[in-house]
Amino acid sequence: MTSDTPALPEYDIAIIGAGPAGLAAGLYAARARRRTLLIERKVTGGQIALTSDVENYPGIDCINGFDLAQAMHGQAEKYGMETAYADVTAIDQDGAYHAVRTSEGDYRAKAVIVTGGADHDKLGVPGEERLTGFGVSYCATCDGAFFRDQTVAVVGGGDAALDEGLFVTRYAKKVYVIHRRDALRASAIMQERAFAEPKMQFVWNTVVEEIVGDAAVSGVRIRNTATGETGSLDVTGVFIFVGLTPNTGYLRGKVEMDAGGHIIVNEWMETAIPGLFAAGDIRANSARQVVTAAGDGATAAIRADHYLTAAFGAPTLAPANP
Amino acid sequence: MAKPFEVTDANFESEVIKSDKPVLVDFWAPWCGPCRMVAPIVDELSEEYDGKVKFVKLNTDDNVKTASQFGIRSIPTLLVFKAGEPVGQIIGFRPKSDLKKRLDAAL
Repeated sequence: MTSDTPALPEYDIAIIGAGPAGLAAGLYAARARRRTLLIERKVTGGQIALTSDVENYPGIDCINGFDLAQAMHGQAEKYGMETAYADVTAIDQDGAYHAVRTSEGDYRAKAVIVTGGADHDKLGVPGEERLTGFGVSYCATCDGAFFRDQTVAVVGGGDAALDEGLFVTRYAKKVYVIHRRDALRASAIMQERAFAEPKMQFVWNTVVEEIVGDAAVSGVRIRNTATGETGSLDVTGVFIFVGLTPNTGYLRGKVEMDAGGHIIVNEWMETAIPGLFAAGDIRANSARQVVTAAGDGATAAIRADHYLTAAFGAPTLAPANP
Repeated sequence: MAKPFEVTDANFESEVIKSDKPVLVDFWAPWCGPCRMVAPIVDELSEEYDGKVKFVKLNTDDNVKTASQFGIRSIPTLLVFKAGEPVGQIIGFRPKSDLKKRLDAAL
């Protein structure tokens, strides 16, 4: 027997993005006995998978971000959450259902929680793309060790820039922090640490205009935004942390967003579309912390469970797990 | 059987450069989170390409010479070697379908 349109795999709740928001949503959804699918495009953990030390998650003094994400993932799977690795390309309405289109095939879900987070922005200067992986990096914890006893630059002035820059000081002999303003955006404690680190040198009011090098990075051309003066720095690595863009391109025109592309939700993480939720860094006005993302995810899953009970009835997942 | 095995600075020449089959080298390190995500995918690929491609891993912490010889500045990096020459390079974590496409393109 053949069928022209084979039935799509069906779930109660599909969660898009395996960062802290998605992992917490998965835990709560699975514990509510909802058939739950978590769809991840790259690495479990999202941004924290690339973070060396998470030391502001309450109750945990200090943990490697990747390990924290793995622990969250294992905990949610223990309660029956399933995981698929695919790139989500669209969410279409399918009656009362949502069709989640992905690079590896489509799914059907009664509710969807979008927890796709945000990606690090590129600088958008010549040399950046060509030299990515050859000295240009967006992850110091991944690549910092390759710059032992070398001089590198970190571009940016927020927590991510300082955290990653401090990480690189474990290996590099000198770390320039190039920031376009004369003050940092980073939290006070990160600033204290950065200013106390003798290997760090701050280059204020300065933007990178080009990353130079043949086969690998050999330097950056810089310009002082106050004086207009130009110059260059000899560095073999450039670590870029200049902001984040939410991964909402495929939802443009479908849900309401703020000017930065973050999804606007109410206090229950609901969008205007019934059964479609957004949580974590991808939503407008997120505090962008692991703990707030996890809180958002839990809120969204609890609300999604209520929504499913009202619209479709009681949970269906057999309590085969602990 | 077809599982990727570890190579080192000492046997890189004999296992990779002089291999009569194409070789995929997974450059990794224990501290690298994304590398730990790539490993199971490389394991699966090694089953699927059994007999056609040889799969090996190189720990960049312990084998600095080879890592720097091929200009590894970011891990995970997968290099595909054919007749001793690197013919394909995949930097960073990619989904399996993407890895397959790039591997096929290099072969």
